[in-house]
Amino acid sequence: MRRASWVATVVAALAAPLLASAAQPAGAPDPQADFKAFRSYFTQRFPSLKLSDFANGPYSMDEGLRKQWEAIEQFPPYEFALDKGKELFNTPFKNGKTYADCFPNKGLGIRQTYPYFDDKSGEVITLELAVNRCREANGEAPYDYVKDDMAAVTAYMAYTSRGKPMDIKIPKDSRALAAYEKGKEYFYTRRGQLNFSCASCHVQNPGQHIRTEVLAPALGILNAMPIYRSEWGSMGTISRRFMTCNSQVRGVPLKPQDENYRDVEYFLSYMANGLPVSGPGSRP
Amino acid sequence: MHHRSLIAAAFVLSLGAAGPALSAGDEAAYKAALAAAENAEQQAGALKNQWTTTQQALTAAKKEAGTGDFDKATALAKQAEALANASIAQAKEQATDWKNADIR
Repeated sequence: MRRASWVATVVAALAAPLLASAAQPAGAPDPQADFKAFRSYFTQRFPSLKLSDFANGPYSMDEGLRKQWEAIEQFPPYEFALDKGKELFNTPFKNGKTYADCFPNKGLGIRQTYPYFDDKSGEVITLELAVNRCREANGEAPYDYVKDDMAAVTAYMAYTSRGKPMDIKIPKDSRALAAYEKGKEYFYTRRGQLNFSCASCHVQNPGQHIRTEVLAPALGILNAMPIYRSEWGSMGTISRRFMTCNSQVRGVPLKPQDENYRDVEYFLSYMANGLPVSGPGSRP
Repeated sequence: MHHRSLIAAAFVLSLGAAGPALSAGDEAAYKAALAAAENAEQQAGALKNQWTTTQQALTAAKKEAGTGDFDKATALAKQAEALANASIAQAKEQATDWKNADIR
């Protein structure tokens, strides 16, 4: 009896990993486990940093830069875009409808829920994409995805969500999980002649200088979007940020709102869940 | 003297004859190099992994060909092909290697 029980214990111990792998296939997307590991990596690397401060990008990493930013925020360079965005947002289309007719809660205070996975179309919908789809559905020409009016409208929408914690959902839908995983793959994949991935700068080297710039941590990196960048001398959207990153490593950028860009936005935004929306922002 | 004039004339004529023949040969080499480079760049595009430097080399090659300097144009086209092939190799390698950088 004792021997039989010992054999059963050994068999159970050997079978356990197999049973576990049947429940969660090896390599299957596991956003919750990723979230935990991602959060733990950054909080352990920067233990004295308040969690919500990660949403402030490079300013959370460098005291001198932070002081400059606090001074700049007295007269923020994105203010003109904010005013223009509010006006555009409230101006009716030719058919009399407005953006408020396209979004939940009339488009106010909803930035933290974008991007989301649309189970009808089976794709990731970003705020920028939703804005242009709203325009097209109402007979208006789409905006340029990278700056100007798109940056202005999304700046206003982000402003109405300021302080709200990011709340990105990944439904138990194999297509949503696949999109999430593709975004994660894009984030960690090296590209361009300089052979850099997004993670090379924003996971492996946040707080370090690359030339004169202080690298932002990947955690919360999109919370301040859209941003006014001094380097650009204008506002820019998330699309613009991704495209610039690609060309900085000598890679040819994808088209704005390419599926890969939307997926990586989905991945990064999910990683930022719980961190406050801080957009629109300004960056050097 | 007459003999020397004939040799000189033949030499000049040979230069004239060899000139266009050499130039045509260079153009053919350039066209082959450009086709190979564009083919490789197209493959990199299918992998969504083109490099800006490849495109710069292709543009420069076409510009040199436009001025008739096919030697430079061919060299630049070959450089573009090498860059495109490197970007293809990078994409293939990264298809699995990205997982090594994943935070776990």
